[in-house]
Amino acid sequence: MRDVLPTIEEWRARGDAIAIATVVRTLGSAPRGVGAKMVVSSRGAMAGSVSGGCIEGAVFEACQQAIATGESRLLHFGVADDEAWDVGLACGGMIDVFVEPLR
Amino acid sequence: MVIHDALRRAIEAEQPIAVATVIAGAAPIGAKLLIDAAGTASGTLDAGAVTAQIIADALALLQRGVNEVRRYGDGLEVFIETYPPPATLLVVGAVHIAIPLVTIARTLQFRTVVIDARGAFATPERFAHADELVHAWPDEALAGRLTSNSHVVVLTHDPKLDDPALLVALPSAARYVGALGSPRTHARRLERLRAAGVGEAQLARLHAPIGLRIGGQSPAEIAVSIIAEIVAVRNGRSGAVPS
Repeated sequence: MRDVLPTIEEWRARGDAIAIATVVRTLGSAPRGVGAKMVVSSRGAMAGSVSGGCIEGAVFEACQQAIATGESRLLHFGVADDEAWDVGLACGGMIDVFVEPLR
Repeated sequence: MVIHDALRRAIEAEQPIAVATVIAGAAPIGAKLLIDAAGTASGTLDAGAVTAQIIADALALLQRGVNEVRRYGDGLEVFIETYPPPATLLVVGAVHIAIPLVTIARTLQFRTVVIDARGAFATPERFAHADELVHAWPDEALAGRLTSNSHVVVLTHDPKLDDPALLVALPSAARYVGALGSPRTHARRLERLRAAGVGEAQLARLHAPIGLRIGGQSPAEIAVSIIAEIVAVRNGRSGAVPS
């Protein structure tokens, strides 16, 4: 959170809506630890990260959705998951990401 | 925003704080509870009788600085994240190595404090990037401010400054104490510290010559080796390459 706090303040100051994605659970060799955050603004800006880049695209989409609907969601990424074919967790690990609108 | 702003203020004020967020279960997804070090809680999460348990778990995790999902029956899953005050790097000696060391330490989210009584070294121009610049003798500057979250790096090369710093740092709770100097310099330093009454157990925890052996020559390379050693200590590793 510390790393993305200044960005959040900057975006808020210019009136953007914001969603926060947080790694809440990992299994195996996940690239970023539990608590790692990525933030996305309604203008499509992005800061921080939740993986080594493998799932940021999907998480970005989920963040935009959270901003639009105002709803929070728990996302699961892993090799056992069908979605893994799409987002490809090269590390072979599992990551749960919680996505929520900042409110 | 109320919870986020309270969290932000606590983090900025370096006060320990924890946040519990419902990520699955019957309670509204995304409901939150902010918990301070005294166990005072506020927010939108109302889990009835379980709330007290969530607060107790948050305090235990805050103590260890760990983030974790906890399950509370009926499918209720709560993500608890904790924000202990940041690790602090205290650099004794505003020498050349200290400049890149502060830069790298800040990238790694350390709070940085540079201590030097010599005005020519500890100038705001050289250390504009440090969180704090202290013009004082090292023993005075360090006394009373070292916790288990402190990391002390002694770089002055001058026994008149290094030794008083180490005499305060070694018996303290500081997580890491390291000192710059060649093996010969260090051998002489150990003799002086022994003569000053420092016990063997305390001497054994002094990292010297400081830093991992990566063959660093330039101030920036030496700074990398120092910070790498501190990261290794924080992660409970020796920093040695597995053979």
